Amino acid sequence: MARILLNDVRKSYSGNQVIHGISIDIPDGEFVVIVGPSGCGKSTLLRMVAGLEAITSGTLEIGGKVVNDLEPRERDIAMVFQNYALYPHMSVRENMAYGLKIAKMPKDQIEAQVAKAARMLELEPYLDRKPRALSGGQRQRVAMGRALVREPSAFLLDEPLSNLDAKLRVQMRLQIKEMHLRTGQTTLYVTHDQVEAMTLADRLIVMNKGVAEQIATPLEVYQTPATEFVAGFIGSPAMNIFTVEAEAGGVTLPGGHRLPLSGLPAGSLRLGLRPEHLNLAETGQPAIPVDLRSVERLGADAFGYGVIAGSDAAMTLRLPGTTQAQRGDRVDVAPDPQHLHVFDPTDGRRLENF
Amino acid sequence: MAEAPDSPIAARASERLIAHFWMVLGVIVVAFPVYYVFIASTHTTQTILRPPLPLIPGPEAAANYRDAFSGGVSRIGGVSLWRLLANTTIVALGIALGKIAISMASAYAIVFFRFPLRMVCFWLIFITLMLPVEVRIQPTYKVMVDLGLIDTYPGLILPLIASATATLLFRQFFMTIPDELLEAARVDGAGPWRFFRDILWPLSLTNVAAIFVIQFIYGWTQYLWPLLVTNSNEMNTIVIALKKMISFADADTPWNLVMVTSVLAILPPILVVVLMQRWFVKGLVETEK
Amino acid sequence: MRRTVFPHRLLPWLLLAPQLAITLIFFYWPAAQAFRQSMLKEDPFGLSSTFVGLANFRKVLSDPNYLNSVQVTAVFSASVAFLAMSIALFLAVQAEKIIRGKGFYRTLMIWPYAVAPAIAGMLWLFMFNPSFGTLARPLRVMGINWNPLLNADHAMILIIAAATWKQISYNFLFFVAGLQAIPRSLLEAAAIDGASRRHSFWTITFPLLAPTTFFLLVVNTVYALFDTFGIIHAVTGGGPGKATETLVYKVYNDGFVNLIMGESAAQSVILMVIVIALTAFQFRFIERRVHYG
Repeated sequence: MARILLNDVRKSYSGNQVIHGISIDIPDGEFVVIVGPSGCGKSTLLRMVAGLEAITSGTLEIGGKVVNDLEPRERDIAMVFQNYALYPHMSVRENMAYGLKIAKMPKDQIEAQVAKAARMLELEPYLDRKPRALSGGQRQRVAMGRALVREPSAFLLDEPLSNLDAKLRVQMRLQIKEMHLRTGQTTLYVTHDQVEAMTLADRLIVMNKGVAEQIATPLEVYQTPATEFVAGFIGSPAMNIFTVEAEAGGVTLPGGHRLPLSGLPAGSLRLGLRPEHLNLAETGQPAIPVDLRSVERLGADAFGYGVIAGSDAAMTLRLPGTTQAQRGDRVDVAPDPQHLHVFDPTDGRRLENF
Repeated sequence: MAEAPDSPIAARASERLIAHFWMVLGVIVVAFPVYYVFIASTHTTQTILRPPLPLIPGPEAAANYRDAFSGGVSRIGGVSLWRLLANTTIVALGIALGKIAISMASAYAIVFFRFPLRMVCFWLIFITLMLPVEVRIQPTYKVMVDLGLIDTYPGLILPLIASATATLLFRQFFMTIPDELLEAARVDGAGPWRFFRDILWPLSLTNVAAIFVIQFIYGWTQYLWPLLVTNSNEMNTIVIALKKMISFADADTPWNLVMVTSVLAILPPILVVVLMQRWFVKGLVETEK
Repeated sequence: MRRTVFPHRLLPWLLLAPQLAITLIFFYWPAAQAFRQSMLKEDPFGLSSTFVGLANFRKVLSDPNYLNSVQVTAVFSASVAFLAMSIALFLAVQAEKIIRGKGFYRTLMIWPYAVAPAIAGMLWLFMFNPSFGTLARPLRVMGINWNPLLNADHAMILIIAAATWKQISYNFLFFVAGLQAIPRSLLEAAAIDGASRRHSFWTITFPLLAPTTFFLLVVNTVYALFDTFGIIHAVTGGGPGKATETLVYKVYNDGFVNLIMGESAAQSVILMVIVIALTAFQFRFIERRVHYG
């Protein structure tokens, strides 16, 4: 078990920088999720920690030791791959034991380790099967087991659940969480799925285009997204973000509607409102009129998709499941003043002091 | 895949019968020459020289084969049948195993490493695809003379051992190995040698078997090259020896022994192809495309 | 392009060394020598040589014997490629119709692949030997004065037959694989559209087989050009006269029997150009190869 320290870690491919200076101090035992859209560099970052990609500059410490130039096996890490990367010609047992065998662990100890991991992952009946005779979920567990038996100081997972169907994904998510609680291993987990990110992480690294947009706990990321990108990426349905003109006493929305929001810096701003923080306006309350273009009813909730009346600024609303609203209706909604997000229109940074 | 008999595109029973007829005819034409020489090898020279040859094996099989192995062939070819079979086996195995070894090694280097001039090396090897030994026989022969390799096994094997085909095949196969497998192995602590031994080699076995069959046949059936680099009868392959027996044919040629030699020149590669058919067909069809 | 590789620097060179060494010694050096020699004229004892530029090429290309050999090669290669491919395609189509026993036929069909070309030639010569070949007798009975050792046409027919025979199994395997790669759904769609079996063969199956056919065309041509040396050497020795002297046979004959090095080398260079052109041709088409579903 170990602390992982990234200090201004960068990566370039032939002069083209893909990871732009990422720093984070991950204390022993923390579960950190790296989340972002595809191509944001999240897997590259994880593979740099694993030693599968060279680090162009900056330092990486695992367990108090700079490991920039060490081979993967010398870093004392274990990794779970998206497609599991099980050795197709080896049985489940051999797959799990392979790393230990290379490390020259005594046979009986290997046996014990494999048995322990197999028990934890409920793989005991399958130990002598080849990977091709296993279901997707079982393969995934073997991949986990192969990492577990090593008892590494850090556990790296690269989109481990993305090849599973939705139901299994939920199950495995819970299992991974439980396993982390049990072993207390420092874990780095890459995903593009925000539900996985939010539910698993002690802390999130939200990445975009090779930059860590925000490093914080899931709740902080949700409540105070540091940039417009984070605001739009985390939360489902996504936050409504549009450009407003602020002056003393209020803001002008797209379509010319005015809202009496005070204390905002004057000028052009990006205003973010989460669908769940827009309530149906009571009569007389200052409101945003929304023309609905479609309504999706999910039972408990209904989502209304439309535009701010008189503009083409998209708005998503979260409505009660019993709503009668339908396509073509105009709905007036009022923002919850406790949950306003304001971003600088030029650099997308969150503006806090208003 | 065979269709269910009631599928609209499956052949009707009558058509299948006709198809069987043509296949039987095809098989007869294809197999007949081999059968013919086998029949001939079981008759006396007198019977062979008085056509038509009976279509069933004759009574002389045991006598002919015994005679051929116990000195009969030496009398006409100057070298024993055992020696011929041994020579040909050594050459065929040498070419097949040698090719597998050096082309696996070079494909491994090209696929799993990055080093300066990597692509140059690849093209250097690749271009040799286009230079069959037939188009450069004279200068290659001269190299053999200069290196003193005439009438030696290395002389018979080495020039035929480096062809791009096997390297390309292994390269193609190695490229289908997912990156993650190598990464998992590296995280597990495997270096180049362990990765090769524990993971790549077991996964390559089918391909190795396919290449082995194809190259064994290639080696066994070589003609022009052994013809050039062997002067001494002792170093002949069985194909060359057979050709020599026939070209010096005169009234006294013991044709029954020539036929026995023919059968023995044909049989081993046919056995290899038929017994390893599954890999052979896969290797042939998948690799040459 | 691989994402992950081993970081070693020296090891790949060690792994490549054997192949590179053999390639350089037995491919590049001789090929370069062939080029050099094709520009030189040696005296009959090989003691001295003078640079003559393209004179050897001019001489070769205006030599009636060489032109004869070009013609022989063209007739021989075209016949072998056409026959071996047509027969194999016909048999492969028949095999596709069969439900039970496919493997059995295939096993019996692949033998000739394992037979050395020279021996294939000898087998056919045994069968059609004018004096004791069992199959030569019916020809004589039919009034044909069959003698491949003296009659140029008969000699040509015999080596074409032997060369075709040997190549059928190879083509058969590829056509069977090609036929199996054609999606059943296409043929079913054609059947529903009302196409007859024969019609759907020529409008669907055959066009979709084009990549296989094309690949085989190149392979068969290369085979007929080079690999059949053994057949010719063993059966006719290029004769009677020069009736079966193909280009490769002539390179060998001039280089090793007649010992005219410069011209033999010039012929080698011409052959290399032919092979390279064929290979390049093949690659152009492989790139555009149709990929099924």
